Amino acid sequence: MSSLALILPLLIPLATAGVGILAWRSRRLQRAIGLIGSVVLVIASVWLFVLVREEGIQSLQIANWQAPFGITLVGDLLSVALVLATAVMGVCVIVYSFGSVDRARESFFYYPLMHVLLMGINGAFLTGDLFNLYVWFEVMLISSFVLLALGGERAQLEGALKYVTLNLASSVIFLTGIGVVYGVAGTLNFADLALKLSAFEEQGIVTTLSMILFITFGVKAAIFPLFFWLPASYHTPPAAVSAIFAGMLTKVGVYALIRVFTLIFNQDISYTHTLILVVAGFTMVTGVLGAAAQHEFRRILSFHIISQIGYMIMGLGLMVSGNPAAVRLAIAGAFFYIIHNIVAKSNLFLISGVANKLRGSYELSRLGGLYASNPALSLLFLISAFALAGVPPLSGFFGKLMLVRAGLEAEAYVIVAVALGVGLLTLFSMTKIWAEAFWKPAPDESDDESAGESPGKAAVRQPGMALMMAPIIFLAVLAVALGVFFEPVYNFSIDMADQILDPRAYIEAVLPPEYIEQVRGGVK
Amino acid sequence: MNSIILQTATRYLLPLLLLFSLFLLWRGHNEPGGGFVGGLVAASAIALQAIAFGPARARQAVRIDLRALIAIGLITALVSGIPALMRGDSYMQAYWMDLGHESIGYIKVGTPLIFDIGVYLTVIGVALLMIITVAEE
Repeated sequence: MSSLALILPLLIPLATAGVGILAWRSRRLQRAIGLIGSVVLVIASVWLFVLVREEGIQSLQIANWQAPFGITLVGDLLSVALVLATAVMGVCVIVYSFGSVDRARESFFYYPLMHVLLMGINGAFLTGDLFNLYVWFEVMLISSFVLLALGGERAQLEGALKYVTLNLASSVIFLTGIGVVYGVAGTLNFADLALKLSAFEEQGIVTTLSMILFITFGVKAAIFPLFFWLPASYHTPPAAVSAIFAGMLTKVGVYALIRVFTLIFNQDISYTHTLILVVAGFTMVTGVLGAAAQHEFRRILSFHIISQIGYMIMGLGLMVSGNPAAVRLAIAGAFFYIIHNIVAKSNLFLISGVANKLRGSYELSRLGGLYASNPALSLLFLISAFALAGVPPLSGFFGKLMLVRAGLEAEAYVIVAVALGVGLLTLFSMTKIWAEAFWKPAPDESDDESAGESPGKAAVRQPGMALMMAPIIFLAVLAVALGVFFEPVYNFSIDMADQILDPRAYIEAVLPPEYIEQVRGGVK
Repeated sequence: MNSIILQTATRYLLPLLLLFSLFLLWRGHNEPGGGFVGGLVAASAIALQAIAFGPARARQAVRIDLRALIAIGLITALVSGIPALMRGDSYMQAYWMDLGHESIGYIKVGTPLIFDIGVYLTVIGVALLMIITVAEE
């Protein structure tokens, strides 16, 4: 059954996209297909998740071409948890789109594109070799290019141009790196690389390779100093698109970093992971300082994505300590942080979309008075913002707690201090949005009391508002639940970390035993 | 463009190019060729039509809406893997059968050919949609 469970997260979005294109004449039909497809995707992802949780790592050799020669899909706890998160975000964003995306975009295949994007993300999480990771990156990027530019507004095209250029440049570096890896190791399969590179004589070359991949994945993950494309583009498309980008796309880069730097490049940890740790610190600080200088709702959030990426990379970088308990907690913390961030950050973007719909702007100077007119929305914003900043008992608190504990155990005091300071500055940024958009009186209220009040009230009853609010409420509840029911998630994260840190299980799940024997024998 | 030479040549070239694209598609599963190149050759044939007679005639020549062509191609490629799933094998596992008779020889038909047809249709759809849209602007 594993063969079906692993392929479904790719087939369902593809089929949905195909059928969705066929239904281009009817907007209603497109919406229905988009929704059904994403719900089915959630069901399939839950199935895969349960299967991997109960029976261990699953692998699938497409068309039965054996690894390391064929195309391999692998589901371990990390991948399937992220696939599940992708599917859940897919439903949220598609429901939100019903209320917020305009007719023109919808008729230009908005929903099929969204599903192609979901397919690309799932593919990147599930693939078992480097080349297919590149392919799925491209699938993801091409659909995101279109989603970003769809609508053709001036700001959008400017953002899309920067996004496309920098991401294509990183793809070229990635492809070059893949070529060199193949030249060195003669294979691109993750498991096979893990076997062969650790026994490779010239470790200097291996470290060089790891740095090439670090740069490519770093661009995708938006780490310091490669993040410029992100704040230049993420605030331009509709809020729903921003939300799925913010929630998932950079996480694919982080996932790739975690996968590669735990499974394959774990030889010269004192060099590679120290570098990662330093970069993590700079990423956190530059992101949060960048946010402090912004006065546009989504630009602030975009800079915060960068600083949050720093926390995730910090978990990976803490591997350098060599203290097994600390490393385990650090990887678990990084994972928990990814999940928490998908929920909280996407939700903030969705809320910014509602604010825009109510007030017609993302500029903080033109927003205001939302607390008076929409107390419920304000509460939801507070939950997500506090979760992001790490206020107990919300999800972000536990994410930071795990990482800080791991940092203390690893005796990496500098990075711990940075992480805590950045948390405080995050709270400052969130307070800024709160004070400007929600708390201060609406800018036009002083001119005409009734005119300032009524548009907001009327907008609450706007068609589609309920569809926009439903996913926001759901994600806010999720952010609370991740904190309140922390223990099962924590246990899962620890199991995940154990699995990630012991690559043998991964290798054995992918490669046939005779082959492993042969490679190991050849090495001796 | 209104050129008698081009228009006359296109009338003869169009069927030849389409035939060649089918030939490429057919041999693609184990010789150079395949759905992608085949699709490109077919699309270039229709693009020639667009240059000689105008984009409207090219759209007519395809008969089916290009967007539908893309969708059908994607679904066809996807479906080619389903037989393997139904037999409990790995997705996209190839099944082959020999069609024909001793006296006339055999031809091999299999699921990879269905996949190639899907690619062929998608490539035609995407390439033509781009070319014709630009030509119409």
